[in-house]
Amino acid sequence: MTNSPLIRFGIMAYLILFFSYLLGPLILMSITAFNSSSFPQVAPWEVFTFEWFSELFADEQIIEGLRNSFIIGFFTVILSVAMGMAGALVLTQIWPKLRSTYYTIIIAPILIPGVVLGISTLVFWQRVNSLFGLPDTSFLQDGIFLTVLGQSTFISSYCMLVFVARLQRYDTGLTEAALDLGATHVQAFKKIQLPFMMPAVGSASVLAFLASFENYNTTTFTFMDYPTLTIILSQKVRLGINPSVSALAFLIICLTVFFALVHEVRSRRAQLAEANGAPVGAVGGGFRAPKIFAGNPAAVVLALFVAAAVGTLLFAQVYDPTPAKKAFMEKKRIEQQKRIEAVKERMRLKKLRKSFKGPDIFAPKKEKSAFGNAFDPKNLNNSRPGTKPLKPGSKPVAPFGGAFNTKNLGDIGPDGKKAKPKSSTKPKSPFGGVFDPSNLGKVGGKTN
Amino acid sequence: MSSGVGVDLQDVWIKFGDFVAVREANVNINGGDFFSFLGGSGCGKTTILRAVSGFLEPAQGKVLIGGNDMAGKGPNERPTALIFQNLALFPLMKVWENIAFSMEVRGASAGERRKRADELLDMIALPGQGDKLPSELSGGQKQRVAIARALCAEPDVLLLDEPLSALDLGLRHHMRTELREIQQRVGITFIYITHDQGEALTMSDNIAVMRTAVIDQIGTGKDVYDDPSTAFVASFVGVNNMYRGKVKSISNGQALVETNRTGDLLARISTGATGKLAVGDDAMVFIRPEAFDIADDKSKTNTRIQAKVSHSEFEGTSYSVFLEGDEGKEMKMSLINRGEARMYKHGEELTIQYEANNAVVVPAGEVAGE
Repeated sequence: MTNSPLIRFGIMAYLILFFSYLLGPLILMSITAFNSSSFPQVAPWEVFTFEWFSELFADEQIIEGLRNSFIIGFFTVILSVAMGMAGALVLTQIWPKLRSTYYTIIIAPILIPGVVLGISTLVFWQRVNSLFGLPDTSFLQDGIFLTVLGQSTFISSYCMLVFVARLQRYDTGLTEAALDLGATHVQAFKKIQLPFMMPAVGSASVLAFLASFENYNTTTFTFMDYPTLTIILSQKVRLGINPSVSALAFLIICLTVFFALVHEVRSRRAQLAEANGAPVGAVGGGFRAPKIFAGNPAAVVLALFVAAAVGTLLFAQVYDPTPAKKAFMEKKRIEQQKRIEAVKERMRLKKLRKSFKGPDIFAPKKEKSAFGNAFDPKNLNNSRPGTKPLKPGSKPVAPFGGAFNTKNLGDIGPDGKKAKPKSSTKPKSPFGGVFDPSNLGKVGGKTN
Repeated sequence: MSSGVGVDLQDVWIKFGDFVAVREANVNINGGDFFSFLGGSGCGKTTILRAVSGFLEPAQGKVLIGGNDMAGKGPNERPTALIFQNLALFPLMKVWENIAFSMEVRGASAGERRKRADELLDMIALPGQGDKLPSELSGGQKQRVAIARALCAEPDVLLLDEPLSALDLGLRHHMRTELREIQQRVGITFIYITHDQGEALTMSDNIAVMRTAVIDQIGTGKDVYDDPSTAFVASFVGVNNMYRGKVKSISNGQALVETNRTGDLLARISTGATGKLAVGDDAMVFIRPEAFDIADDKSKTNTRIQAKVSHSEFEGTSYSVFLEGDEGKEMKMSLINRGEARMYKHGEELTIQYEANNAVVVPAGEVAGE
């Protein structure tokens, strides 16, 4: 059946679709980090550049957000892993009749929306704070304190699940054996049970850190003076983004892939060692023993990945995009100038035509047209289709900032980003007016 | 017997909620004895062991070790070491660390521990294996490491919870002898839990046979085998032919039992059942397969049974003849193969006989495997 070319083609097509759905956005985003365009875009490709990385590291808000995220992540890991482990241990010790009730209670925070947890954390500690008559500046109202507690309420439940899974494989006979051999309960826990749980401590820590790092819902209520990275990013997106965010995303993707691959290589090596009945050390390090590459695609990918990263870094030292960029800008400016001239010329002609023709006989029909007559063949050459205002107080700009106007294709980022009509209430148009045809001359306002 | 530390259970009851796991256990284990608890699964023998090692507190009664009441003392305060059914070797520790764990918790230095572990490894014939992980050892080796680990704690009493049940047959037989040798070398009290009567009979100085929650009989292997106190012990230990009936008369420590089909059978009243049988009581007669012999005289007496041969099995050292017996069951007769053996065919009428002293009569009661 699988031999049928049709089915094989179908499977291939499905796989391609599936993976492009999964990875496409990530890849596109990564690429935009290297485009000099001031808006994250892949096409048109301007100039290959690392400037967004420099900008990223120069952005103090992001650096501060990162720092806060790491601090909060660190404390959340400690608190959540400790609470999760304690919760899991109690689950194994509690009376069997109570077990399912206890489990439900302890797992509930995962099911409660993060927003609710955030608000309740805030409200609760505010109450506690005023109960003790402390000032608003007390540590109970500290952003880091609140965020760590708020996040830990549900992250510790995740951790507990990890520990429960590990503890299910624990033979309580081991603890009994230790006790029988004279160990105290503390010794039995420290020397026998804790070492057994160490792998779970590792994975719970990673899980807790990632959950803390990416958390937005809860943090948004509790961060106070310590905005985390996610908070900073959301604030930035609200004001319009530039590719330094893509650069950050690219770095995060790289780190994630790197550590995932390292983990994969390690676990494969452990499997290999187990299969051969030899200790892990005997199988050899990835680079010492090229043999490992033979049966280990992950190792190969890892090696390629490292090579690519090193190559990129070296290239970044040598590569200077400034001349290329200047040349590109010059070219662009000339092109734009030409287009502006053309538009002006057309406007002038139209005005002439209008004054010559007098009132248009199709005018009433135009008034009713839904899309501002954008699709009216008559208006194809009109840079401002439709005379009917979309909303009262709408700015005198075409819908979508004329982004879809065939005339403007070269001038404006054809990335399909809508200029939201509601933002017309602002004196300034969204995205720094890059989509405003009247600004055509100064594309990428910032860079000019 | 060497001067080991004895263990006494005085009127011990162990309950889980309303469930009585052990009922009125009175056991007196001599110091330096190899003592076995023999019983089927779920009879409470492991529960008794856990009560001795301190994982359970009896609901009633006392556990004495070396004459000291152990009430309120946890497993880490008792001079016992338990070898678990699954051995419970610490999987993340090397063999030598496993063995010397009891020293580690007492704060001994690594050098001391290593030295003692190596001594014990020599003793259990695993020299130089100390740096392996338990997962790298075979079943029998793990077994011996578990014993060494327990012995390293220098317990007064070593408790073994079916330690051989996970091993294959050959290894099990080998370990039986080895365990017995180790016990005699170290001279401490061993309390051994098993459901395997072969293990219990070959290794033990004394055996306690347990029916559900109750200890039926305590005695040497020979006592338990030849002179069972109850129907359960008679049917549980070894193979036995059973005949139900009513006591017709009693004289000179022997009882004549009228059975339903086989006729009247004369048998010795078991020591444990003396005084418990009266004329007219329901009773059971047990006759071992090896107690039977072919009768030359075919006339019916109180120690002769006539029956048809159902089939025979040749087993080398002996051969067994199965005859149609009471209640649709087969009687088994084992004859030692001295060369003159012949196979009896199906349907052949046979008269077999036994010595009245080799047959036992006990009050009717619960029977194993029913």
